[in-house]
Amino acid sequence: MKILVTIKRVEDYESKIKVKPDGTWIVTDGVNYRANPFDEIAVEEALRLRDANMPSEVIAVSVGSELSVNEIRSALAMGADKGILVKQAGWVDSDAVARCLQKVIEREKPDLVLMGKQAVDVDDNVTGQLLAEYLGWGQATFASKHESLESAEEKAKKPGVKLAADKASVEVIREIDGGLETLSVKLPAIVTVDLRLNVPRYASLPNIMKAKKKPVEELDPKALGVDVTPKVKVLKVEPPPARAAGIKVPDVAALVQKLHSDAKVI
Amino acid sequence: MSTGTPIFPPFTPEHDLFRASLRAYVERELAPHAADWDAAGIFPREVFTGMAALGALGVGYPESVGGGGDYWHVVVLAEELVKSRNAGVNMAMLVQAQMATPIINEIGTDEQKKLFLAPALAGEKIAALGVSEPDAGSDVANLKTTARRVGDDFVINGAKMWITNGTRADFVTLAVRTGEVGYGGISLLTFPTDVKGFSIGKKLSKIGNLSSDTALLFFEDCKVPARYLLGEENAGFYHIMTNFQGERLCAAVGAVAGMQQMVDDAIQYGNERTAFGKPLIKMQVWKHKLVEHLTAIEAARWLAYRACDLFARGEPATKEISMAKLFAGDLMQKVVYDCQQIHGGMGYVTESHIARAFVDARLITIGGGASEIMKEIISKLVPGF
Ligand SMILES: Cc1cc2nc3c(=O)[nH]c(=O)nc-3n(C[C@H](O)[C@H](O)[C@H](O)COP(=O)(O)OP(=O)(O)OC[C@H]3O[C@@H](n4cnc5c(N)ncnc54)[C@H](O)[C@@H]3O)c2cc1C
Repeated sequence: MKILVTIKRVEDYESKIKVKPDGTWIVTDGVNYRANPFDEIAVEEALRLRDANMPSEVIAVSVGSELSVNEIRSALAMGADKGILVKQAGWVDSDAVARCLQKVIEREKPDLVLMGKQAVDVDDNVTGQLLAEYLGWGQATFASKHESLESAEEKAKKPGVKLAADKASVEVIREIDGGLETLSVKLPAIVTVDLRLNVPRYASLPNIMKAKKKPVEELDPKALGVDVTPKVKVLKVEPPPARAAGIKVPDVAALVQKLHSDAKVI
Repeated sequence: MSTGTPIFPPFTPEHDLFRASLRAYVERELAPHAADWDAAGIFPREVFTGMAALGALGVGYPESVGGGGDYWHVVVLAEELVKSRNAGVNMAMLVQAQMATPIINEIGTDEQKKLFLAPALAGEKIAALGVSEPDAGSDVANLKTTARRVGDDFVINGAKMWITNGTRADFVTLAVRTGEVGYGGISLLTFPTDVKGFSIGKKLSKIGNLSSDTALLFFEDCKVPARYLLGEENAGFYHIMTNFQGERLCAAVGAVAGMQQMVDDAIQYGNERTAFGKPLIKMQVWKHKLVEHLTAIEAARWLAYRACDLFARGEPATKEISMAKLFAGDLMQKVVYDCQQIHGGMGYVTESHIARAFVDARLITIGGGASEIMKEIISKLVPGF
């Protein structure tokens, strides 16, 4: 089975993010970068699927600047077999990323593409869906599972996305409002992953050292025939409104009154 | 001037990946339990296997056996362990990985590597280093625990004091007297703790490093095969002194990382805590105090890195290592005091990291060679004294 997994370099959510005074973007100085946490879950799932269905291969793909090779390397250190960087400096919108991935996929012909459901930088939650559309493939978004992250299945690193016995489809349990839905998706397909699918492994030192020798291929969007000019224009970036100060109520009766008339929760 | 990657310290992308992975593990799996484990006076055995799974116990070894292949991976380990916020865990891991076991790799037999080293690096057997005794700490050459040859065995009698991992060690890398008085009669051997006559005198009650089990150990006619001798008979003192170099370097590197963390925390607390209408950090006295410490910490870091570089390249490094431990250890006493002070009453409450760090920090000028011993060593290596 050939599995392609996508990985994006994003701002570390633990860094303090400030908006530029002119409101065009965020201040990037002093900000740390890391792999999108949802993508790490996708990598983990890809590795589990590979190991449960040998012989298989996992290819980690990133679209981004040359620095994104660091995130590809971290996927290789977790255990992915090879990397592909579609090198493009500056901001690339989700649609352009989907079209770059489409070209890579047409060339690599994976059976399954695993992606984070969204990147925590701009939270678009569209790339997987766009990609499925461009490829004309089936999709299952927000993959999750019934078992908890403390369960024996999770500790045994069992895949939550399950390959059917005839290897022609995967069963995906997806998060929907108020519950879980089970889908069977014909391969090849796009699966985007949610938070409760698995706990990604920590890369071990021996695997980090082995990753040094794994190949990372660089591709150019132009050579792939993709025009990455953004279709989405960022008009303005604003920080979220500062939380308003709380109020003090004199007694319980006043609290109940406020909850009833102002907050309308009781 | 070119920009780009600095050539020193020589951290490669692999060091960075290992650092990121280790940090994530330490911050997510260990740090949340720091205060609880201190209160319990012990941490779970699984920490050894967890660290082993990351390859963190074998960092210093060649790539071919799962290590990082150079000393700078050990530096990463010593720096990131500090983020466990638990000095006892930190110490136990360094004893396991860097103090009790490298000597087995260097001079042990294949059998000793198989029986002791390999399971220790896998986190399956807990290791301890037994050098200090009730009557001999700094004065290692005066240790009194004896090992008498009887046929194909050694028969061991004596006591060891302040032994880290002592209550649950599966083996001890043990310093014993096999010959004449003084440094010329000391040997090292690997001692499995399931031998008859071995007992744990008591778990010592300490002011700090609370989650670490530091113990008094007794040996009464303990019989071990003579082939458990490490290296040559009566050549142990030399190996103990060499072994101390790695231990002291880790202590210096860890102390620098620890101080950096204390000041980072102090700055954050100073931003959050307001008094007299402004955050504490806006008061000049605190700004000045903390940047003075940051300046000294930077100096301590580069002295430690300098010592690491000499050590990593196999150059004589004893003087610089001793200086690095002396400087970082003494500096830490001042840094921890001020960082605790800015925390006010919270700095006195054990749920705050700085309160626990305050007592933990005292160990660095005492253990693994006291500051005074560092000064003695340095004075012997500088001409003119
Ligand atoms: C928490 C903890 C864990 C430890 N873990 C281990 C372990 O795992 N294995 C192990 O073998 N040991 C361990 N030790 C022991 C430690 O290495 C010794 O305590 C240390 O070497 C000091 O020895 P001592 O306590 O006998 O002090 P002493 O040798 O009695 O010295 C007391 C003080 O006298 C001064 N002094 C000594 N000699 C001189 C001198 N020549 N000139 C001037 N002043 C001098 C110093 O200030 C010193 O602090 C541990 C200790 C502690 C507290």
